[in-house]
Amino acid sequence: MADVIEVGAARGDAPPPAANAARRTASAGRTRRATPYLFLAPYLVLFGVFGLLPIVLGLWLSVHQWDFQLPNRPFVGLDNYKQLFSSDSAVYGDWWQSVRATAIFTVLSVPLLVVVPLGLALLLNRSFPGRTFFRAVYFAPYVLGVAVIGLLWRFLLDANLGLVNRLLGVVGLPSDTPWVTNMPWAWISLVGVTVWWTSGFNAVIYLAGLQDISPELYEAARMDGASAWQRFRNVTLPGLRPVLLFVITTTVLASANMFGQSFLITQGTPGTETRTVVWFIVEEGLRNNNAGRAAAMSIVFALLLAVVSIANFRLFRYKED
Amino acid sequence: MIQNDMSRRRLLGLGLGLGAAASLTLAGCGGGDDNASGPAAGNGGKEYTGPKVDLKLWNGFTGGDGEIFKTLVNQFNTEHKNIAVSVATYQWEDYYNKLPGAASSGNGPDIAVMHMDQLATFAARGVITELDDVAKNLELSEADFAPTVWQGGLYNNKRYGIPLDMHPLGFYYNKAVMQKAGLDPNKPPTTKDDFTAALTEFKKSGVQGFWVSPFQFTGGMTFYSLLNQWGGSLFDAEVAKATFNSDPAVEACTWLVDMIKQGHSPANVGQDAEYLAFKSGKNAFTFNGIWQINDLLKSPEVQWGVAPLPQLGSKPAAWANSHNFTIVKQRAANANKVSGAKVFINWLSQHSLDWAKGGQIPARKDVRESAEFKALPAISALAPELEYAAFPPATPGLGEVIKTFYDSFNVAALGKKTPKQALDEGVTKANKQLEENRKKYGS
Repeated sequence: MADVIEVGAARGDAPPPAANAARRTASAGRTRRATPYLFLAPYLVLFGVFGLLPIVLGLWLSVHQWDFQLPNRPFVGLDNYKQLFSSDSAVYGDWWQSVRATAIFTVLSVPLLVVVPLGLALLLNRSFPGRTFFRAVYFAPYVLGVAVIGLLWRFLLDANLGLVNRLLGVVGLPSDTPWVTNMPWAWISLVGVTVWWTSGFNAVIYLAGLQDISPELYEAARMDGASAWQRFRNVTLPGLRPVLLFVITTTVLASANMFGQSFLITQGTPGTETRTVVWFIVEEGLRNNNAGRAAAMSIVFALLLAVVSIANFRLFRYKED
Repeated sequence: MIQNDMSRRRLLGLGLGLGAAASLTLAGCGGGDDNASGPAAGNGGKEYTGPKVDLKLWNGFTGGDGEIFKTLVNQFNTEHKNIAVSVATYQWEDYYNKLPGAASSGNGPDIAVMHMDQLATFAARGVITELDDVAKNLELSEADFAPTVWQGGLYNNKRYGIPLDMHPLGFYYNKAVMQKAGLDPNKPPTTKDDFTAALTEFKKSGVQGFWVSPFQFTGGMTFYSLLNQWGGSLFDAEVAKATFNSDPAVEACTWLVDMIKQGHSPANVGQDAEYLAFKSGKNAFTFNGIWQINDLLKSPEVQWGVAPLPQLGSKPAAWANSHNFTIVKQRAANANKVSGAKVFINWLSQHSLDWAKGGQIPARKDVRESAEFKALPAISALAPELEYAAFPPATPGLGEVIKTFYDSFNVAALGKKTPKQALDEGVTKANKQLEENRKKYGS
């Protein structure tokens, strides 16, 4: 998914090289016309095997009752899809709860993951002693695996034995907050941990974007008497637009694909309220052995994400006009 | 130990998607399992005289039990020159997801260790093979085992598992905390009155004595036990309907959740917190699996004891499960391998006393009644529970239904819903799942 969009994003910036090449060599015969495609072939093969084929297979699975271990895999038409939308099926409740959980997490985490790293990048872009050190510090959590941060925070956030509540108690705040087992604390924890964990990555992208903005523009703005806010509003933000589009798109998709944090930190509690779509698909397909229905869920989910991504692109294109 | 394993196991569940997907894609190219089937040189596990075979065995013994298992396998390999068993260990949850794909692509093991409640699912899905002849030729019968465990190995009246051990929930008590509260540390309560009286004493000494975890490990399993003690059951006899919202079930759940209201347990107990708190003397009583004995033995600073669960309801009962040996179906059948595998299963079953040291109760009655087993103090203390142990029923696809049961307890224990409401909703969903399973497995 993400790969496809990156390719699209790159196209938005420059005219497709393939098209130019083709135009130039139009008269030079068919062999030369094939050249760009030859260059594209390796990626095309990878995309075919790991992108296209699974999508086609997924569509095929989704219209069958598919347990790869059972000899009988009957064709069921759109039944798997209907079950997701009919309230008396066994999965209806769980499915929509997982969609809801994913939506809540995405809506809460994306704004923070877009704004906080931007602030960080602006700070880290200034020159001050120890800048490299701080750049490393903010990026450091990102190099840890989800398993590491998940277990770490589960212990830190434990309501009765964890360090966080202990410290809050020391400074006189309530020390019995159920950070990982009850609402709304579970969402606060999941979003907080994710922001701490992945902000560094977005910050690095922003930082690269900031360094691409010509210093002359700032100088010119300053000459014209623009305030710090005006410089940010009229120089920095427009300069960052392509970067911002990239960050927002990838962050939305990453948040929508959240799995490990709630799997490890809240373990879905309370009940299954923090079980996300991706987790539920894995559970349905590989634990409950309903690969057909899991495939239908993936496809519905992919369509939902496609709608969100398209809306995102539209929004930015509109601003450019 | 297993507690930690549980968490690690959950972690590794993350990898399962990739693993299973890889197995699926490989299914096309994975060749059949070496040579064609040789002559049937076995006789249901008594001996094997054919050419040398290499057997792969998979298990999920990631704790101290894994070391003991490997020692036993090494001993077997030295004693049998023409059978070489190699062991691979995975986290249980990962393991159950991985096994079907591996088996169908020809990369699976020859022998697989499996929990009793998984047997029916794997038998129905054609992953494991029938073992009736092993039982017959080894002259194993129901009388040699605890009846429920022996019955649990059957699916459609055919045997798929040879029971190795049983692991019930036990009642762990912290002697130091009991002493501090003025209780006799060598007399753990055995009745409801004694149990609640002890909790009152703990409360006076400033200790919340019995932490109720909302998670399957261990609150869910505690509720599972109490539900049976109160005279309820998870399912009806045919496992056609869920019954865990019956009056006894609701009463048991209410009693347990009320521990929080009465101040014997904090609210929102985290995963493993009840056990960590037990070890550090922050609570006094906890119900946990027999496998924790080995972990506690490693912490000499904790003064603890273990006993059968006290009778809190109208009859004694305790959650329990059992490890079974199974033989995995191969794409290319190899009779020599199957014979060798049967010899191994028989041999290990006879050596299950050594296995008991891994923190499990041997499934075989003769071993259980031997003087050597009785000399293992903590583990043999839980053996009496087997008479009334409540094993999960053997029905294909039940794993997800039991998860629904644990999820509804979670909601009740976290105070999100009343026990009645939580269990009612759980039963409605469980019944739908049971119906789907009936359609799918045609039972």
